[in-house]
Amino acid sequence: MTPSTALPERRSRSPQERLIDRLFVRTTLVLAVLTGVLLAFIILVIAWRSLPAVQAFGLNFITGSAWNPVPGREEFGVFPMLYGTLVSSIIALLIAVPLGLGTAIFLSEDFIPSQPRLVISFLVELLAAIPSVVYGLWGIFVLIPLIQPVARWLHANLGWIPLFGTEPVGPGMLPASLVLAIMILPIMTAIAKDSLAALPPELRQASMGLGATRWWTIFRVLIPAAISGIVGGTMLGLGRALGETMAATMLIGNANQFQWSLLAPANTIASLLANQFPEARGIQVSALMYAAVLLMLMTLIVNILAEVIVNRLKAKYE
Amino acid sequence: MLKRFGLARRWMSFVTLFLLVAGLTAACDFGGQEPPASKLPINGEVSLAGLGASFPAPLYQNWAVGLNRVHSNIRVDYQSQGSGAGIENFIQGNVDFAASDIAMKDEDIPKVQRGVLMLPMTAGSIVVAYNLPGVPEGLKLSRDVYVGIFSGQIRRWNDPKIVALNPGVTLPDQGITVVHRSDGSGTTAVFTKHLSAISPEWQKAFGEGTTIQWAKTGNFVGARGNEGVTAQIQQTPGAVGYVEFGFARNNKLTVAALQNKAGEYVIPTPESGAATLAAVALPENLRAFISDPEGKDSYPIVTYTWQLQYQKQPDANKAVGLEVWVEYGLNEGQKAAPELGYIPLPKVVRERIAKAADTMSDKYTITLKDS
Repeated sequence: MTPSTALPERRSRSPQERLIDRLFVRTTLVLAVLTGVLLAFIILVIAWRSLPAVQAFGLNFITGSAWNPVPGREEFGVFPMLYGTLVSSIIALLIAVPLGLGTAIFLSEDFIPSQPRLVISFLVELLAAIPSVVYGLWGIFVLIPLIQPVARWLHANLGWIPLFGTEPVGPGMLPASLVLAIMILPIMTAIAKDSLAALPPELRQASMGLGATRWWTIFRVLIPAAISGIVGGTMLGLGRALGETMAATMLIGNANQFQWSLLAPANTIASLLANQFPEARGIQVSALMYAAVLLMLMTLIVNILAEVIVNRLKAKYE
Repeated sequence: MLKRFGLARRWMSFVTLFLLVAGLTAACDFGGQEPPASKLPINGEVSLAGLGASFPAPLYQNWAVGLNRVHSNIRVDYQSQGSGAGIENFIQGNVDFAASDIAMKDEDIPKVQRGVLMLPMTAGSIVVAYNLPGVPEGLKLSRDVYVGIFSGQIRRWNDPKIVALNPGVTLPDQGITVVHRSDGSGTTAVFTKHLSAISPEWQKAFGEGTTIQWAKTGNFVGARGNEGVTAQIQQTPGAVGYVEFGFARNNKLTVAALQNKAGEYVIPTPESGAATLAAVALPENLRAFISDPEGKDSYPIVTYTWQLQYQKQPDANKAVGLEVWVEYGLNEGQKAAPELGYIPLPKVVRERIAKAADTMSDKYTITLKDS
């Protein structure tokens, strides 16, 4: 656009219009600030209410593994829940990343006609519409009985590995992680698919034109080019897995103790909070708030990491 | 053409929907005309908000519907949010009444300026249920044994101690999975209070509370709510857990016969629960915790659950409404109790509650009907 066409247009805006423009800008500013204030308010209140527990337990809260709210013998440590939150989310990622990326590649390439592809991608997105309590019920009544024989076999034959060192009782880290993987699959798949589909067609043509095979094109050109979207989606999925409450609490067994075994019951912070808030009083409330602060910190770190990774990779490939 | 047809069809479906809704509304109005004009000393309508324990919630909600059918100008809304939330809101004065499985602590009572009435409106048993295919109902568990199981000391079903108590029953060589509540709950509080009362070792190691720290040895699984524990027991062969009687009965769980203070093994039934209540004397303030009842026929783990009412009622309308609500619970309400898995109150207890609750309003007198 040249200045000669732009200038008269700018002059033609009446004072009223300009006022409205300014008001609009101000309004969006207020709304944006409000969102920030809301977040700050939430963090402040939670941090404030966690203070008594921070003073009472300090850093022992993070390394301790006692969780005893019985009046008169209160003692709180959140290590098993921290461990459970991290491990269940990481296992969920390990399962969901290959699955999601594979689905995304399949859906963004023309391996099959576009009609059935649409159906599949719709079905994947539909997974996101299932409420988490339904995932939990499905886990209890379908998944746990289904994996029980496998878990027993693992314990019987590979029991010497600490990861399978306990007799499976049903709920535990393994079923919870599996269901978390399914729950974070749609968001990861959708974002990876969209970022693959959004790549300029020239990229593919150029790669093919240089004599690259399809294998080469997908793994050496398209995925690296879309990596920021793929990582971003993965981090969103991780965030969801860290904070998932209902399905986790229904499947993880809610045992506030640390065990290496994936077949043993464990617990996550979100599940602990959901379980204990309604009847908590006194220092227990404060200890739960402290746990909530730690969970927030964890998700914050994940988000920062995602941002850093995405920026690094972007710089490399753009 | 097609588009227009689609539009017409959409309009048609709107019209159908509208007619359907209108029809339903009309039908409801028609059904609602039955109750006769109220003869209560109430101006207009009274709506009462209650909140608290989840254990009696199905019963109170049943009463609320029943009462509204008799007196259409009294509406009771009961929210099940837990005993802790009930007490909290009652102290802050956010509700018209509250409910709690643990009544109120002595130090909390003076915080309520309007005065507190603790009315034990119903009671229930807590049962020990298990999933052992082939083992019938009524597995005998002595006091040592069930304390041992829940403290992670006894870890296999064919433990010599269990076998010795149950001659003729073939117990499998299977690990015991203890299922407990993962959420804070009055059920856990009552159960652990009983265990603390019968076993000094339990008292020392675990204590009592709405949530406790369970043993680190043995297999322990936490599940949310009575329904969660019930489902977990049904899903896991070798599981044992504690749930309210009503849940065990409705889901046909197999329940154990527990040894009571007199040394007898008693299966939880409405009758054995009533025997327990009969063996307990209520103090002046109607707050009796039954941690270890006397009596040969008494089932050992039974608890009252309380409605918390304010002594002073500034709103005369609400005062009458609350008295009518309590009266309904004491009369018709007690008949509904056994069907829902609760224990009907003994006559003496009903009389004492009626007397205590009658002080809320001077415009109305609670009368007990003989059941």
